[in-house]
Amino acid sequence: MANGDSPVGADAPAGGFVQLLTPDGERIDSVTTADGITYSVDFTDDEYRELYKDLVTVRRLDAEATALQRQGELGIWASLLGQEAAQVGSGRALRPQDMAFPTYREHGVLYTRGIDPIMPFGLFRGVDQGGWDANKYKFNGYTIVIGSQTLHATGYAMGVTMDGKTGSPDGEAVIAYFGDGATSQGEVNEAFVWAGVFHAPMVFFCQNNQYAISEPLERQTRIPLYRRAAGFGFPGVRIDGNDVLATFAVTRAALDQARNGQGPTLIEAYTYRMGAHTSSDDPTRYRIASEVESWKAKDPISRLKAFLSKQQLGDDTFFGEVDESARKLALDLRERVLAMPDPQPVTMFDHVYPNGSPELDAQRAQFAAYEASFEGSNH
Amino acid sequence: MSRIKEFTLPDLGEGLTEGEILTWLVKVGDTIELNQPIVEVETAKAAVEIPAKWGGVVTQIFHEAGTTVEVGAPIISIDTDPGAGPVPSAESLAAVEVAPEEGSVEPGMIGGPAPGGRTAVLVGYGPKTAIAKRRPRIGTGTPPPTAAPATPPPAAAPAPVAQPTRASSPPPVVQPAAVARPAPVAPPQPAVTPARIAGPVLAKPPVRKLARDLGIDLTTIAGTGPLGSITRDDVQQAAAAPAPAETTEAAPAVAPAPAAAVFDASREQRIPIKGVRKLTAENMVASAFTAPHVTEFLTVDVTRTMKSLERIKTRPEFRDVRVSPLLFVAKAVLLAAKRHPMVNSTWSAESNEIIVKDYVNLGIAAATQRGLIVPNIKDAGRLTLRELADALSTLVQTAKSGKTPPSDMSGGTFSITNVGVFGVDSGTPILPPGEAAILAFGAIRPTPWVHKGKIKVRQVTTLALSFDHRIVDGELGSKFLRDIGGFLEDPEAALLSWT
Repeated sequence: MANGDSPVGADAPAGGFVQLLTPDGERIDSVTTADGITYSVDFTDDEYRELYKDLVTVRRLDAEATALQRQGELGIWASLLGQEAAQVGSGRALRPQDMAFPTYREHGVLYTRGIDPIMPFGLFRGVDQGGWDANKYKFNGYTIVIGSQTLHATGYAMGVTMDGKTGSPDGEAVIAYFGDGATSQGEVNEAFVWAGVFHAPMVFFCQNNQYAISEPLERQTRIPLYRRAAGFGFPGVRIDGNDVLATFAVTRAALDQARNGQGPTLIEAYTYRMGAHTSSDDPTRYRIASEVESWKAKDPISRLKAFLSKQQLGDDTFFGEVDESARKLALDLRERVLAMPDPQPVTMFDHVYPNGSPELDAQRAQFAAYEASFEGSNH
Repeated sequence: MSRIKEFTLPDLGEGLTEGEILTWLVKVGDTIELNQPIVEVETAKAAVEIPAKWGGVVTQIFHEAGTTVEVGAPIISIDTDPGAGPVPSAESLAAVEVAPEEGSVEPGMIGGPAPGGRTAVLVGYGPKTAIAKRRPRIGTGTPPPTAAPATPPPAAAPAPVAQPTRASSPPPVVQPAAVARPAPVAPPQPAVTPARIAGPVLAKPPVRKLARDLGIDLTTIAGTGPLGSITRDDVQQAAAAPAPAETTEAAPAVAPAPAAAVFDASREQRIPIKGVRKLTAENMVASAFTAPHVTEFLTVDVTRTMKSLERIKTRPEFRDVRVSPLLFVAKAVLLAAKRHPMVNSTWSAESNEIIVKDYVNLGIAAATQRGLIVPNIKDAGRLTLRELADALSTLVQTAKSGKTPPSDMSGGTFSITNVGVFGVDSGTPILPPGEAAILAFGAIRPTPWVHKGKIKVRQVTTLALSFDHRIVDGELGSKFLRDIGGFLEDPEAALLSWT
């Protein structure tokens, strides 16, 4: 089994993790784990800059969404603050044919799939049910029920194998996102069993942000989460989830293993939720300020910025441009969210059956006629 | 086109009905930007900052800090285009809604009625309060439905409904005259209170709760509702009656409670557990029930320390800094910790290690208005005596002004609590989590003391050292405490022999 046996800095948890970029922005060329897998990245200057832009953009969009919730424009928001590197790194590691199964916090992964960031806002604003064409975007719906998407992903991945789409470098792979709290769910353990036994072409990507709402990690596990994989018969590896480079390298390698028919991998991205669990939560009631302070020093964006500065890949002009472009995107998002129309009552019939039914169609027609019988109706 | 926009308090967390304004971060006349934090609001779920929904100039703040505001009530108004000259005030003021007063809590209703008659609920948004406004139907000569509100649609009334079917039926519904009805309408029954049907008392759960809140025994009152059930009005009438209603049937009278000394809530103060108080409690509980504490005491003659202090005060290096006995205690601790490094360590159950530090981040417990905080002086062992005096002085002043940054409160390795300032002699201090020892320093008093074989009046104090017995044994703790005492008894000799 792999265990992130790496040349780690003072910030690594006991047992270490794979880190390619330290909190101070120092690049580590490559890391070889105990079972001989070497992880590294080979990015061009532009690719480094694009990663930085991704990180800044998803953080800025997230901040705008948090503000919109506080202003009464969203019912609730689950902030990704602090987890940008884990999401951008893993999202960019996906190849176009790969399928992602997110939780309700994967706004950064959604962004890296090239999807218009407004897509999930209907759900959070309460004007739609959060449904979208998962096949079109290769991005399943946001799943609210904790851990259940790991089973959906496992079933999907088993289907990929049955379709004969694995076993080559062009094969398909599946990634399932979940958190540290979800590892205590039965579904997640069942998914591990099925994926292990059926050699499903997938990556279990656990963002260990240290808290299941208010429950700390020590209430979820007595061993590091990545070591759980050993009991299910597949490799587990821990990465510095605040390091976008290590996240990319390890996720890309694990996905490629999966698409080549080498079975599943569990990745534990060791990170920290800097904000609240959702906008309905107050983390100051269960976390101490000094802990949050200590994680600020490990910020995923500032370390990449430090690296770009040191390598002279980015100067103040570049950083300013990135901030400005993110700001514009955020303001555009705000305007479009505020303009989202309320749903028409008749749309309640739309998603009952994929192709309708005679009875449902009759009900819909009847209801539409009734609605149209009022003044000011736009039916 | 209104330039003045009013921001109403949103539901900040899934079904909340109100929030308390903690602090305004802006004032009338301030120019603010979009998303600039304007106010801190505390709800039942969280204390949050609300960012401005529009940029502009604050024209009005509707509720002072400390006010509890209903969700949906305006809290601030903002001129979103201040450059366009003065605002026609009559128009904008007319638009200002007055936030409805919160109703007093009525017994039997959870949280009391919300404005507009809405019932506060624990989950969800509760019953809709707004009167539903139907758009009128298009065309046709159908009379507006308001003409006969209780009239069922003609098609829905195929048969007379007034036919009594059971002997126990309630009085029939009086039909509106508009409906022509061939069957004879039963004459209205005289308003006789129906006798209660034998068996259990009939009352809906909210009525039962109301009765319990008001101390009314439901078996003692007669119901006027359907089937003799007890209504809310029945309970309220019974409660308003000066004497208890006459006991009917064989209901046992409730024995009056003995006149016990009961103190009502008006003589109790309820303080929410939060902030520093809560953090202190958590830290103390975590420490007291994790680290096995041992406390040792040592009473020492500090007359020479006091004399040294006086001499130091006269030296030019210490001209403009406050020099107190705490400075010498701190120095004693720093020097003694160098001789016994294990007292300056952390028990790490996570890594199964004892982490011994060669730096001392010296924590000083400070009582502030917000509560107890323990800021620390980083790497205090490297400081000269003068620097240490400065650091102590700054630390205390910062703490008193409530501006201690979180970084000053984390990373402490050893702490001193100066209980002497409160005029007491000693105590058994609780370790700050992660520290292996803490010293309590008591009041310095003139005390009869055996000095050079004779009883003299000397300056004496008591030191108490609590330590984590997982790391520090009695021998080490005693040696360390003995060293601190030795320094305070004779600072010059200790300095010369230790350094």
